[in-house]
Amino acid sequence: MGLDVESRRVVEVEEGGTVEELVVNVGPSHPSTHGVCRVIAHLDSEIVTKAEPVIGHLHRGIEKMAENRTYLQVVPLTDRLDYVGSMYANWAYCRAVERLASIRVPDRAEYLRVIVCEMQRIASHMMAIGSAGADSGAVTQFVYAFDQRERIIEHFEELCGARLTYNYVRPGGVSHDLPEGWIESLLAFCESHRKGLDMMDKLFFGNVIARGRMKGVGVLSAEEAVAWGASGPVARGSGVEWDLRKHDPYSVYPRLDFEVPIGSNGDCYDRGRVRLLECYESCSIIEQAIAQLEPGAIMADGVPRLLAPLPGDAYDHIESARGSLGVYLVSDGSPRPYRMKVRSPAFCNLALLPMLAEGHLLSDLVVILGSLDPVFGEVDR
Amino acid sequence: MSGLIWGAIYGLAAGMVISLAAFIGVWGERKIAGRIQLRYGPQELGPFGLLQTGADTLKLLLKEDITPAAVDVRIFRVAPLIVFAPAAMSLAVIPYAYGFAPIDTGVGVLFFVAVPAISVVGVLLAGWSSRNTYATLGGLRAAAQMISYELPRTLSVLPVVLLAGSMRPLDIMDAWQWWWIPLTFIGFIVYFIASLAEINRVPFDLPEAEAELVAGPFADYSGIRWAIFAMAEYGGLVAASLFGAAVFFGGYLGVPGALGVIVFVLKALVIALLMLWVSWTFPRMRPDQLMATAWKVLTPMALIQLVLVGAVISWL
Repeated sequence: MGLDVESRRVVEVEEGGTVEELVVNVGPSHPSTHGVCRVIAHLDSEIVTKAEPVIGHLHRGIEKMAENRTYLQVVPLTDRLDYVGSMYANWAYCRAVERLASIRVPDRAEYLRVIVCEMQRIASHMMAIGSAGADSGAVTQFVYAFDQRERIIEHFEELCGARLTYNYVRPGGVSHDLPEGWIESLLAFCESHRKGLDMMDKLFFGNVIARGRMKGVGVLSAEEAVAWGASGPVARGSGVEWDLRKHDPYSVYPRLDFEVPIGSNGDCYDRGRVRLLECYESCSIIEQAIAQLEPGAIMADGVPRLLAPLPGDAYDHIESARGSLGVYLVSDGSPRPYRMKVRSPAFCNLALLPMLAEGHLLSDLVVILGSLDPVFGEVDR
Repeated sequence: MSGLIWGAIYGLAAGMVISLAAFIGVWGERKIAGRIQLRYGPQELGPFGLLQTGADTLKLLLKEDITPAAVDVRIFRVAPLIVFAPAAMSLAVIPYAYGFAPIDTGVGVLFFVAVPAISVVGVLLAGWSSRNTYATLGGLRAAAQMISYELPRTLSVLPVVLLAGSMRPLDIMDAWQWWWIPLTFIGFIVYFIASLAEINRVPFDLPEAEAELVAGPFADYSGIRWAIFAMAEYGGLVAASLFGAAVFFGGYLGVPGALGVIVFVLKALVIALLMLWVSWTFPRMRPDQLMATAWKVLTPMALIQLVLVGAVISWL
């Protein structure tokens, strides 16, 4: 390991004396680091004076690997970016490829992409809300949230055979059409999911201890959120109205009617609750998209297996569960991307941790880290 | 000499009672937690999974007893016993049946609230001797937490002592009247919350705090030494619910003979179930919030209860 941490650091205090500062390594293998993040926390008693996230434990070089694969072969790699929301990375990448190769995606495929991505938003937010519960000690909340997530995963399994890495969105369309009876069971899920959300709202967000743990903790102002490039629920929790589905509309989102929930205080509670409220909106988007869904092709005509776009570059971004997820592609005319770069919202949001955690207790550090909802597959890439 | 023999017999009995309680308690808790969390809990081994705890105990006994190289070996090894012994001792003064408490002493109530406080020394030593930052932080948290919660816990049982005019548990049972239940209800609530803190259960399991301190003072323990900590926790749960059922809800009173003991245990079971329900529903508090609850909410509540009972007594 390159980074050596001295276990104690001597700090000068007033009146000429010195005290020792306690350095705690939170992670890389720790129940609350949401994957493999290591946070070096400097403590004064239990107050965090400095928190330093050390990333890279999950670095697999996906951007580099993409350079040695054909455009179609890169799709499974993007699954492994944000493994809690694989559909987003699939979609963001495919949008960039489609822009690069000027492919027009059929309407039905666009609707299917919207449906699966809103389902993915619910699944991802359920993991965030559930682990917010686990971070503050409410294990039961974790299980309830995962129960909801599991039903989405079951639908995905039925749709494309995979539970985590879907490889569903492909350049030009999607890989499978809907199985029989899938729509009906999804609509039934939306109905029951709203009840589940109501219950979680009361059980967890209404609980006096949970509110005490999250309110006023890790406050991020709207100006700082913009300055640090935060996006997604982290920015919206601070009151920044920024949602690409509304403010840089893509796909069929302009035809759908939905609200963007905004927080006001920018604390952990608002970030968590914005996620909860977004799940209600996602349910409504799914229902509208299903109502507007018409039969048709799910894949654009004439997309060759070996795509070789003309030399040039393309960038496209979508609103993932974590924020603005962008993919930049450069083509040199060969069947392999010359360069791929991912703009990861989880990475930008994680950068806020040292600022937000300073001055809080060690117990707050894990709650703040959870409220940023980092997925390290996407942070480290 | 006879005292020593009596003590040995009692110690054995208490150890067995706690083991049995932990045996059934772990199974019951896992079943209840399972139902709360939309799952079944243990169900494979034996009828309703009853033997699961036996299998787990066997596993813990056979596991290697790891002593990390950096620890202070002697303190590290003795700490689990320092935690366990007070839990077993506090069971001795509980009035189980009419005219029977293993140790019949005039200061029984004081004994019951004072002795479990010794276990904090064990937790602190476990944390300290582990030479592990998480464990040390957990041990220090445990010490701060116990000190804060001893006061409201002691104050919460005082109204009953005032009403009975004695600290001898058997005298309290003799003097017990049904209308004490509504009168001392605030006291019971304080006792209930403070007991949760005393036995380190969610929402007060700060020393362990899996989310931030992994397992706190117990992080470096394995096998049977870890199991002793877990058993001490169950012993504390059993003692707290039995004592609460006795002084706040009249224990075995009103039902004759052996049936009285069963009624007493059932009452204690209801309190224990409430504790499990709370700890599987609520999030964990933060250290500063815990202190604030102890000093700004529970202590004044206990004092109000004391004044209330004092007023009623002077009016009687």
